[in-house]
Amino acid sequence: MGDIQDFWGTPVGWTLITLGEVLLVVVGVLISLAFLLLADRKIWAGVQMRKGPNTVGAFGLLQSFADFIKFLMKEIVIPAGADRTVFLLAPLVSFVLAFIGWAVIPFAPGWVVSNINVGILYLLAMSSLGVYGIIMGGWASNSKYPFLGSLRSAAQMVSYEVSIGFIIVTVILLTGSMNLQTIVEHQSGGFWNWNVLGGGLEKNWPMAFVMVPMMVMFFISALAETNRPPFDLPEAESELVAGYQVEYSSTPYLLFMIGEYSNIVLMCAMISILFFGGWQAPFPTPFLAGWAPILASLFGLVWFAIKIVFWFFMFAMIKAIVPRYRYDQLMRLGWKIFLPTSLVAVAVVAGWRIFTSV
Amino acid sequence: MDLQAIAFYTLAAIMLAAAGLVVTARNPVHSVLFLILAFFSGAGLFVLLGAEFLAMLLIVVYVGAVAVLFLFVVMMLDVDFVSLRSGFAQYMPVGLVVSGLLLVEMVMVSGAVASSGAAAKVKAAAVTGRSNIEEIGRVLYTDYVYFFQAAGLVLLVAMIGAIVLTLRHKPGVRRQNIADQTARTRKSGLSIVKVATGEGISE
Repeated sequence: MGDIQDFWGTPVGWTLITLGEVLLVVVGVLISLAFLLLADRKIWAGVQMRKGPNTVGAFGLLQSFADFIKFLMKEIVIPAGADRTVFLLAPLVSFVLAFIGWAVIPFAPGWVVSNINVGILYLLAMSSLGVYGIIMGGWASNSKYPFLGSLRSAAQMVSYEVSIGFIIVTVILLTGSMNLQTIVEHQSGGFWNWNVLGGGLEKNWPMAFVMVPMMVMFFISALAETNRPPFDLPEAESELVAGYQVEYSSTPYLLFMIGEYSNIVLMCAMISILFFGGWQAPFPTPFLAGWAPILASLFGLVWFAIKIVFWFFMFAMIKAIVPRYRYDQLMRLGWKIFLPTSLVAVAVVAGWRIFTSV
Repeated sequence: MDLQAIAFYTLAAIMLAAAGLVVTARNPVHSVLFLILAFFSGAGLFVLLGAEFLAMLLIVVYVGAVAVLFLFVVMMLDVDFVSLRSGFAQYMPVGLVVSGLLLVEMVMVSGAVASSGAAAKVKAAAVTGRSNIEEIGRVLYTDYVYFFQAAGLVLLVAMIGAIVLTLRHKPGVRRQNIADQTARTRKSGLSIVKVATGEGISE
């Protein structure tokens, strides 16, 4: 036993254990994505009174896997005049950046690959990098529609990042930490302590009037940041065919799509962590102290998963029921409404923290 | 060799190679992409130094925003870079002198910082147990608060200047007024006209 403990402490052991954790997270997220993708299509179909995919496996449960194999089998077409390296690099960048953010997500008490102090900034940084996959893909395709799509996407993502940043600042101010694990622990003891209600109802209840709108704005900004409807202008099929992904086929397209969905689920996880207590149950859990640590962690994981799935359901519903924005409306919403509102919210929360913490 | 050393040499090598390629790449878009790679490796080096906050700021600000705009502009420009490169040999000596001066300055500054015992200070800061975000916040908002505010004002002036330079009010552009649109009622937007058969409506 002692030898094994020593081995995990050595650089080789550390590398192995980290690689194992990374693989576990990536595979877990990928498998969840397969079913979430199906859920997305099913919900969309349900809203339109269709059945959705229902042939492969029971209720179409294996549809995503069938699609996966189909994508792999197809031919990779690279357009003439495309910049080959960048063209193939773009989906890879998109894919890797979509998964790299999961490194700091606390799935359950203590279950996190890398518990860094600036976790929330790291998430912001990685989601802001996501634009590169799109912009590179659009440019390297050497075609008009993808290029227009990528330019739109760049402008859109840069705009909404600003408001996301400020909304995150309000959460940081409320909890006083940038560490995601600390932010989640700060919201323990029931849903009335969640940040969406101001983080602690008896002391901070007036902040609920600020944080509820902030949560809604974060959700809308997350839609824009992940290029989801109603803000899917980079791939608006009615005007740009499919935007930056027009020229992509086969595995590169698959990578783009998985990256996109991974980003969406990451945003759902971020909303859950920042505003809805992450892996905290919505009621006080003193009974967990008597449980085995692994069971307590699994209990947290289940709550976290429920919250993510709920927010993913909201993403899917919005895709089904909200019509697409016009580009000028999108920019107006981002710069003229969200940015000033979130700035005021930062000032209000900061003032509240200063004048009530004494 | 421990992991930190491996990481340092890898990142440093990638950064140097990327920086070299920024200058030598034929295609300007490739240059910007290599610049981004260099920024990214720089952020990695910051993390190794224990300055994770600076690393994240570097990525958020430079890679996430500034370089995107760079890329934006370079992609939109239609510049003939063959003609631009024709003067390369001519300007080479000037460039070499400037970069040589920069190198000397950097070496002098880092030598001075190292000899004043910066490494010991870093260790002392680590001992206090505060994260470096907290330390930076303390220094920035207490000791240097006026400089910080002044820097903010300078940026504000620059921003207003840029807007003033580019803002054009075109007359005759019809803009959407959403308040007007939503304030429309049935009375102001709809009129029911009785039309006699076979006559039609004229304004």
